[in-house]
Amino acid sequence: MKDYFSKTLQLAYKDLLIEIKTKEMITSMAAFSAIVIIILNFAVTENLSNNYSEMFPGLLWITYIFAAILGLNQSFAFERESGAIKGVLLTPIDWSAIYIGKTISNYIIILSVELLTLIFFIFLFNLTGVITALPKILLVIIVGTFGFVSVGTLLSAITSSSRLQTMILPVLLFPIIIPVVIGSVEATTIALNNGENYLPWIQMLSAYAVIFFTASILTFNYVMGE
Amino acid sequence: MQQKIDKDNLLILATTIVMAITIYLIFIYSPTDIEMGVIQNVFYFHVALAWTSFLAFFIVFISSIQYLRNESRNWDITAYTSAEIGVLFTGLTLILGSIWAEATWGVFWTWDPRLTTTLIMFIIYIGYLTLRHSLETEKTSRLSAVYGVIAFISVPITYISIEIWDTIHPRVIEISEVRMETSMQITMIFSVIAFTLLYITLMRIRKKIEKDRDKVYRSKKIK
Repeated sequence: MKDYFSKTLQLAYKDLLIEIKTKEMITSMAAFSAIVIIILNFAVTENLSNNYSEMFPGLLWITYIFAAILGLNQSFAFERESGAIKGVLLTPIDWSAIYIGKTISNYIIILSVELLTLIFFIFLFNLTGVITALPKILLVIIVGTFGFVSVGTLLSAITSSSRLQTMILPVLLFPIIIPVVIGSVEATTIALNNGENYLPWIQMLSAYAVIFFTASILTFNYVMGE
Repeated sequence: MQQKIDKDNLLILATTIVMAITIYLIFIYSPTDIEMGVIQNVFYFHVALAWTSFLAFFIVFISSIQYLRNESRNWDITAYTSAEIGVLFTGLTLILGSIWAEATWGVFWTWDPRLTTTLIMFIIYIGYLTLRHSLETEKTSRLSAVYGVIAFISVPITYISIEIWDTIHPRVIEISEVRMETSMQITMIFSVIAFTLLYITLMRIRKKIEKDRDKVYRSKKIK
C-alpha cells in the first residue's frame, strides 16, 4: 500500500515537473481566464462592484469551468503524442494509480489557476467585499474543483482516443458536472451573503467528489487497457 | 431461425394491437378534461414516453456494467441501441411536454427540477452517441460503456441538487395534485404498456440490424 502511494505521487510529480519546466498549461489557462474577465467587463454593463453578490459567483464559476476544460483537454496529450503512455502503462502498479496521479497533478495545476483568477477578479473589479468571505469561498473552490477534476480526468482519458478530441470533452463533461456548478455557485453566493445553508452545499459537493472519484478509480482500468 | 422470426412478428403484432387500443382509449374512450380540454390527451403520450426513456437509459447503465464485466458484444449492442431509442423518446417527451405546458402553464418551458433533469439527461446521451461515433479504436465499446456508467450515476445527483436548489428559491409554478378518474387511469396504464412494448420491439429490430451489420463486416474481413 505504501509502495502504491509513493508511486502515485511519483506519477503526479512527473506531470508537475513537466508543468514547472514548460509552464504551458498554467500560462494559457491564466491568459484565457484574464481574457474571459476582460470580455465580462464589456458583457456585464452593470457595475459589478456594486452588485457583486448576485452576479459574481456565477461569473467566477463559468470562468473556472471554461479554463479548466483547456487544461483537462491537454492532460493526456503529452503521453499520447510521443507514445509515452506505453511506458507509464508498463509501470508495475495497478493502473488506477495512473488515474490518481493524473488527478492530483491536474487538481494542483487547475487550483493554482483558479486562485490566480480569483485574484484577477478581486483586483480588476475592485471586489473588496469578497475578501472578508475569502476563507469560505476558498473551501468551496477546494471541494468543488476536486468534484469536476476527478470526473474530468477520467473523461479526458476517454476522449483522448476520440476523433473529435478537444471538441467532445466539454459536451460530455458539462452535463455531468452540473451538480458541482450548481452547488459551487450556491455555496459561493451564501458565503458572500453570510447566509444559512452553507454547510449542506459543501456536504453535497463532497459527496459528489467522493462518488465520482471512486467510480473513476473503479472504471479507469477499462479505459487504459488495450 | 424460423421460431425467432415468428417471435419477432408476434411482438410486432402485439405492439400494433395494444397501440391501436391505446389510441382508441386516448381519443375516444377517455373523457375530455373539463379544465384543459383536448390538450390533456397529449399527457398520455408524454408520460408514457418519459417513463420509457427513463427505462431505456437505465438499460444503458445496466448493459454498460454487464459489458465491462464480460465484454459480450450483445450487451454492447443493447447499450448502444437503447441509448438511441432513449434519445429519440426523450426528445419527443420534451416536445410534447412543451406543447402541454404552453396550454396549461402558459409557458413552453420552466426550470422545474424534473424538466431540467430531463433536458440534461437528453444532452448527456446525445454526448454518449456522439462519443461512440467519434471513437476510432478497438476500445470503442469499452470507452462508451465507462461513459454510460458515469453518466447514469450523475442523473440522480443532478436531480437532488436541483431539488435542494429549488427549495431555496421560490418556485414559479406549483404543480397541483392531479386527480384522475378511473377511465383516465386505465388509459394511462394502457399507454405506458403500449410504449414499453414499442420500445422492446424497436430494440429487437435495431439489435438485429446491428448484428447483421456485424455479420457483413466479418464476412468482408475474411475475404
